[in-house]
Amino acid sequence: MQDLLQQLLNGLSQGSIYALIAVGYTMIYGIIQLINFAHGDVIMVGAYVALGAALMGFGFIPSLLMAMIACAILGVVIERVAYRKVRPVSRLAALTSAIGVSLFLEYIMMYFLGADIRTYPPGILVGRTYSLGGVLITNKDLLVLGTTLVLVVILQYIIFRTRTGKAMRAVSYDGQAAQLMGVNVNNTVAITFFIGSAMAAAAGILYGIYFNSVQPLMGLMPGLKAFIAAVLGGIGSIPGAMLGGILLGMTESLVAGFGGSMYRDAVAFIILILILLIKPTGLLGKGVQEKV
Amino acid sequence: MALLDINKLTKNFGGLVALNNFDLHLEQGALVGLIGPNGAGKTTVFNLLSGFYQPSGGEIIFDGKNLKGKHPHQITKMGMARTFQNIRLFGNLSVLDNVKIAYQSVVNYGLLPAFLRIPPFSRREEQIEKAALNFLEIFDLRKYAGEKARNLPYGEQRRLEITRALATNPRLLLLDEPAAGMNPQETHELLSLVRRIRDEFKLTIILIEHDMSLVMGLCERVLVLDYGSLIAEGSPKEIQQNPRVIEAYLGDEEVAVWEE
Amino acid sequence: MILKKYSTSITICLALALFFTIVQLGISGGLISGYWVTNLYLMGINIILAASLNLINGFTGEFSLGHAGFMAVGAFTGGIVTANLGLPFPLAVAAGMLAAAIAGVIVGLPTLRLRGDYLAIATLGFGEIVRVVLMNIDYVGGASGLMGIPEVVSWPVIFISVVLSLLLIRNFICSSHGRACLAVRENDVAAQMMGVNITYYKVLAFVIGAALAGLAGVLYAHYYSIIQPKEFSFMLTFDVLVMVMVGGLGSLTGSVVGAVLLTIASAFLQAIPELRMVLYAVLLIAAAVFRPQGLFGEKEVTLQTFKRWGGVFSGLAGHKQAD
Repeated sequence: MQDLLQQLLNGLSQGSIYALIAVGYTMIYGIIQLINFAHGDVIMVGAYVALGAALMGFGFIPSLLMAMIACAILGVVIERVAYRKVRPVSRLAALTSAIGVSLFLEYIMMYFLGADIRTYPPGILVGRTYSLGGVLITNKDLLVLGTTLVLVVILQYIIFRTRTGKAMRAVSYDGQAAQLMGVNVNNTVAITFFIGSAMAAAAGILYGIYFNSVQPLMGLMPGLKAFIAAVLGGIGSIPGAMLGGILLGMTESLVAGFGGSMYRDAVAFIILILILLIKPTGLLGKGVQEKV
Repeated sequence: MALLDINKLTKNFGGLVALNNFDLHLEQGALVGLIGPNGAGKTTVFNLLSGFYQPSGGEIIFDGKNLKGKHPHQITKMGMARTFQNIRLFGNLSVLDNVKIAYQSVVNYGLLPAFLRIPPFSRREEQIEKAALNFLEIFDLRKYAGEKARNLPYGEQRRLEITRALATNPRLLLLDEPAAGMNPQETHELLSLVRRIRDEFKLTIILIEHDMSLVMGLCERVLVLDYGSLIAEGSPKEIQQNPRVIEAYLGDEEVAVWEE
Repeated sequence: MILKKYSTSITICLALALFFTIVQLGISGGLISGYWVTNLYLMGINIILAASLNLINGFTGEFSLGHAGFMAVGAFTGGIVTANLGLPFPLAVAAGMLAAAIAGVIVGLPTLRLRGDYLAIATLGFGEIVRVVLMNIDYVGGASGLMGIPEVVSWPVIFISVVLSLLLIRNFICSSHGRACLAVRENDVAAQMMGVNITYYKVLAFVIGAALAGLAGVLYAHYYSIIQPKEFSFMLTFDVLVMVMVGGLGSLTGSVVGAVLLTIASAFLQAIPELRMVLYAVLLIAAAVFRPQGLFGEKEVTLQTFKRWGGVFSGLAGHKQAD
C-alpha cells in the first residue's frame, strides 16, 4: 500500500511535467493542426537557459521567468521561420519542417555546449525530504506540483477571461470564420506559440531539477510522451492535456515501480494505440462527425 | 419486380431524426426528383442508399437484395452509382485515369499479373483504356483525357463526375445537386445530358436538385422531404400546387400570406 | 517491329547492365574506396526504404512513420534465420519480408480508422514498441544486439534487390491496383463509390511497403553483421521521410534521387560530425519551406523526359550554331 502511494506520488510529479508540456502541444495542435515536433526541444532550451541563469547565481523564480521569456520568443521565431509559409501548402511539408527544427535545436546545442549531462547548482533548491505516513515527499515534488498549479491557473485565466484567449479559442474552432470576424489569425497563432513555449520552458526547468540532468536530447522522449498525453486527454482540450499528462505519468510510474522498468518507454505508445482505437477523440475530446 | 424498394427507412443522429419512415418504390427506368428545403434529409437518403450510413431502422432492397451491412464499394458493384453535392473528383489524376478507376469495377485483374505484367495484364489494361476513352468520347471529354481533373472548367468537372459514375456500369444513378453552381446555359446542357443518359444507358435515376426548372422539366415524379419526412409525392404539376410544399418552402403560413 | 515495341525496355536494360558492370569493375579494381562502397550499399538500402515509404505516404496518401519498425522486424528476422538457425541467405530474405509484411497487416488494420497525424503518431509508436521489445528479448541479444550475421551482401545482391524493388513498385503503381491506391489518396469517399475497397488497398499499401522495408532490413543486417535495436529508432524513419520529401511525394524517381542525394550529403558531412546534423536540419527546413512539393513534385523522370531534354539541348545547340 505504501509502495503504491509512493509510486502514485512519483507519477503525479512526473505527470505534472508531462501535463505542462502537453498543454503547449494541445494548444498548438488545436490552433494549426500541426504536431510541433520541436516542442520537446523547446523544453531542452528552457532547461539550458534556466541552467545559465542559475549558474550566474539567480534563484529558482528569476531563472524560471528568464527561461520562459526566452523560449516564448524562440517559439514565435520557430513559427514565423519554419511553419507559417509551409502550413497552408502541405501538412507533410510542415511536419518535415518541424522535424528539421527539432534536429536543429538538438544539434546546435550539442555543437556549442557538448553532449555532457549537466546539473543545476545545489543552490537552486536545497533537497529536503518529508515523510507522510511512510510516503516520502521531497521538496522537488512540492516545487513541481506548486509551479504546475500556478501556471495552469494563469493559463486558464488567459484563455477564458481575456480577449486574446477568446481569439485563440475562435481560431482553433474555425480559423477562416475567425478571420472573417476580424480576428488576426497570424497574430493569434504567434501568441499561441508564445504561451505554449513558455509553458514548455517551465516544464524544462522542472524536468531538469526533478531528474537532476540537463542535456541536448533531454526533450525528445518527454516531448513525444506529452503529445501522447495530449491525445489521451483529447487533443485541443487543455483540461484533457492535464488529465492525460497526469494519467500517463502515474501509469508509467506504476509499471516502472512494479517490475517493468525495461518497458517503461513502451507504455506510453501502447496507451496511445489503445486510446486511438477505442476512443480516438481522447478522454475529454469532442467528437467530429465527418460529412460525406 | 421493382428495382428499388425502400421501406420505413429511418436515420437518427443522436437525438436528431434526419430521416423518418421514408418509403420509395422505383421501377426500372424511372426518373424521380427529390426536393426539399436545406437540411430536409435529401442527402441522407443518398448516403443511406450508397452505404455511407447504416440505417437506424427500415430496409433498402435493391435489385432484390437487402443492402443491410453492405459497404459502399460492394453496393457500387451491385449496380448503384452516385455523384456528390460538392464535386469529388480525383483532382491530381488525369481525366482518363478518373474514368479508368471507375471502369475497374467492371473489368479488373489480380495482383500477380499487376506485379509481373503477365497475362491477362496487357489485354485487360487495353480493354480498360479503350472503354474509358470511349466513355470520354461519348461525353465529349476526350480532348481533356490527359489533363488533370482539377484543371477542368466547373461544368466539365460535373460532366466528368457523371461520366465516371456511368463507367461503373450502374442500373441506378443518384445525382446530388448536379446543377449546383451552374449558369443557365450549363444547366440547360445538363438537362439534355441527363435525359440522354437515361435513354441510352437504360438507367433509373434519382435526382436531388434545388433548381426547380430542372426538376420540373425532367422528372416524372417528384418527392418532397421536410424535416426528414415525406410530405408530398406526385407529378411536377401536383407538387407545384400542393399547399404543404409551398408552406415548407416559404415557411409558416403568415409569411406565405405576407409574401402574396 | 518487335524491336521497336520493346526499344524502351532494351535501352533501360542496357543502361542498367552498363552501370552495374562499371561499378563492379570499380569495386573489384579497387577504384572505389571502401568508404564509398559502404555508402553505395547504404544508398541502395535507402532507395528501397524511400521508395517503399513513398508507396504508403505518397501514393496511397496514408501517413506512416513506422518504417524503422518494419525494417527492424525484417533485419532481426533475417538475422535469426542465418545467424541463429544457420539457414541460407535467400531464406532470410523471404522470412524477413514475410515477417515485415505480417507486421504491416497488424499495423495497417487497426490504424485504418485513424487519419493523418493520428496515424503518424500511432505508427511511430508501433516502431518504438518494436524497438523496446527487441531490446528485451535475450534470444536476439537484447540491447547489445544480434551478432555474427554472415556478411553476404555484395554489390550484385544490392543491385538486384534495388532494381527488383523499384520494378515491383512501378508495376504496381501503373496497374489498376495502383490506380485504386491513388484514388484512395485523392478522395477516399469517391473511391468507394467507384467500387474501390479502401480498407483492402490501405492495408495492401502497408503490406507491400512493409515487406520492402523488411527487405532493406535484411540487406542491412547482412552487410553490417551486427544489428542493435537502438539503430532502428524513429530517427531512422525521419531520415527516410526526408528522402521522400526531398524527392517528392508520389514520385518514384524522386525517391531514388532523394535517397541518393541524402546518402551522399550524409557521407560528406560525416567528415564534420559536429555540424553534420545541424546542416542536415537546415537543409530539411529549407527544403520544406522553399520547395514543399519536393524536387520532382509528382512527376516521374522517364526515357521520354530525356528525349525531350535531348530535343531541347540539340535545339539549343542548333540555336548556337545559327548564332
